[in-house]
Amino acid sequence: MSTIEITKVTKRFGDFVAVRDADLSVGAGEVVCLLGPSGCGKTTTLRMIAGLERATSGDVIIGGQRVNDLTPEKRNIAMVFQFYALYPALTVGENIAMPLHYENLSKSELDARVMKVATILHLTEVLDRMPGQVSEGEKQRIAVARAIVRDPSCFLFDEPLSRLDVELRHSMRGQIKEVLSGLSKATVIVTHDQLEALTMADRIAIMRDGIIEQVGTPHDVFAKPANVFVASFIGTPQMNIVDADLKSFAGGHATVELAGSPLKIAADPAVSGLKPSKVKIGIRPRAFSAVDKASADTIMAQAELIEPMGAETLIHARTKIGDDIRVVVPREMRVKGGETLHLRPDPRQTHFFGEDGKAVRA
Amino acid sequence: MSSAIPFLERLGLRKASGVGEAGWGRTLFVAIVSFIYFLPVLFIIFTAIKPQDMALSVPPTLSPTSIFGLIPDAYVFSPTLENFTSVFSRSMTTGGAPEPTGFDRYFFNSIVIATVSVLLALVIGTLAAFGFSRYPLKGNDTYLFIILTTRMLPAIVVIIPVILMFRVAGLSGSYIGIILLYTAFNLAFTIWMMKSFFDELSTDVEDAARIDGSSDVKVFFKICLPQVVAGLAATFVFGLILTWNEFLFALLLSGPDTRTVPVAMNQAVSSGGRGTDWTLLAAIETLFLIPVFLVTFFLQDHLLRGVTFGTVKR
Repeated sequence: MSTIEITKVTKRFGDFVAVRDADLSVGAGEVVCLLGPSGCGKTTTLRMIAGLERATSGDVIIGGQRVNDLTPEKRNIAMVFQFYALYPALTVGENIAMPLHYENLSKSELDARVMKVATILHLTEVLDRMPGQVSEGEKQRIAVARAIVRDPSCFLFDEPLSRLDVELRHSMRGQIKEVLSGLSKATVIVTHDQLEALTMADRIAIMRDGIIEQVGTPHDVFAKPANVFVASFIGTPQMNIVDADLKSFAGGHATVELAGSPLKIAADPAVSGLKPSKVKIGIRPRAFSAVDKASADTIMAQAELIEPMGAETLIHARTKIGDDIRVVVPREMRVKGGETLHLRPDPRQTHFFGEDGKAVRA
Repeated sequence: MSSAIPFLERLGLRKASGVGEAGWGRTLFVAIVSFIYFLPVLFIIFTAIKPQDMALSVPPTLSPTSIFGLIPDAYVFSPTLENFTSVFSRSMTTGGAPEPTGFDRYFFNSIVIATVSVLLALVIGTLAAFGFSRYPLKGNDTYLFIILTTRMLPAIVVIIPVILMFRVAGLSGSYIGIILLYTAFNLAFTIWMMKSFFDELSTDVEDAARIDGSSDVKVFFKICLPQVVAGLAATFVFGLILTWNEFLFALLLSGPDTRTVPVAMNQAVSSGGRGTDWTLLAAIETLFLIPVFLVTFFLQDHLLRGVTFGTVKR
């Protein structure tokens, strides 16, 4: 059975805690992305699953077996490294064949296995070359080929696409996804690129400072961020997080003092549980609609910087108390710098966060 | 300063701008400097093929050929190989029959002692360097420093205790003694060199090999070692040159059977009472150059990569 489970896994380097009490389970055929900024512990987590680092405490379970004390070669895993880690002294074919050498296959069987994955990943032309003589994209595919040539119990990818240019990254993302979907193995992908995570993962685990902040489907982490960090980390441009005063809640509507003026907005019933207090409100840049006149459900801001992004236009606006707000509007809407905007936030895309930064949601 | 630049440019010694292949002027300049460096070696080689009586002639003879009349006849000598034969066999008394000099043995000794000790140091040192690089001890740097201290004292300072140790152990004058000594001295250098090569390698590749099912031993032999071939070559050549030319220890610790060429050369200079035979000496030196020259020549590609290793980001 191809599953990965880590429970209460902690990794310390001296006094520094790289990963703290991480819990994660990956089912057979499921792709989970570990997403987070540099130094958040995602690669360390992956290396603990691989056995390249020892967990200080907690359990690493692969295929139902606790593997904490097993060396990497005994864990029956396959890993693709950020810098591909191809064996420089071996040809491409030998590189791909390397994991098979310990299965005592006959020469013809070995060649057949290598040929099979080389065909899937379009590498048949370069099998006799040395790793130094192939392109970046091919190196990437060789690394994937080497991972899938065996039948491991799970796959681990460490920033697999970070070295490719944008176009290649796009096509590789599709190829890897396709290859993985045919294998139905538990897969963990480490990435700092949210687009990569959102497109490739069945579920995303967002990490910060060694702590897994939220695990959920790409839809969930985008639509229902668990806290301010996840909210601002996922989505481009970043979600606006604005300080506000919660005044009252009645009839499904909250009244808040936002950006220096009162705003009445439909809110999650759980918001009623909050006492009138300081809160943070998160509104995605695309959740605003610009309207002509001020009303009870709009906020006012002055456009400062206009950045055309092609299909849409990004506006950096400033409220009268100085909050910086990013707004994305359709290209057709012409906004000039200095213009006053009346913005109506979409209540369904407006998130309330308590003082502790946690989302307030039923 | 500012006026010097166009001047250098006109001479072809400096490019107007940018980088690229050097111009003819610059190439010529480098060729002249190289020639000056090479001059002593050339002089020895020429002396080795001079007739004995021309070694110290005034004016000195400069060339075995007149180079199409370029050099006046007074400076030209007629080359001979006689000196090379007399390295190995010559008459020791005036008019006597030629006797073997034993230099064939000395060359054999030099080759065996240098090669074995450098290879031995390379095997042990590479393993040690891998250990220091990949499985650091607590206080790793201290150990490395201590290893280096063995090379901090000049040979003359440690020679007396070494002689005493050799006496007690009965190693004086034996192959094994001198080989062990050279191995020990080469080890420090080998460990430091090879450690820096191992440090440069990406550990990702080793991790990948472990995940692909390799044990630590396999990782070392199949993955790491092939990547430091250039380093092995560079270390081998540097160690070989140091050992090949070593004189003091060889003088004091080798016996008649294990004498190396530098020691024998010294004796060829100072013995005989007939004054120094410069052409003979030059012939010995020329022969002495050949093995190291050949090794360096055949390993030069590796050597270049070896000594520039780590200076360029992969």
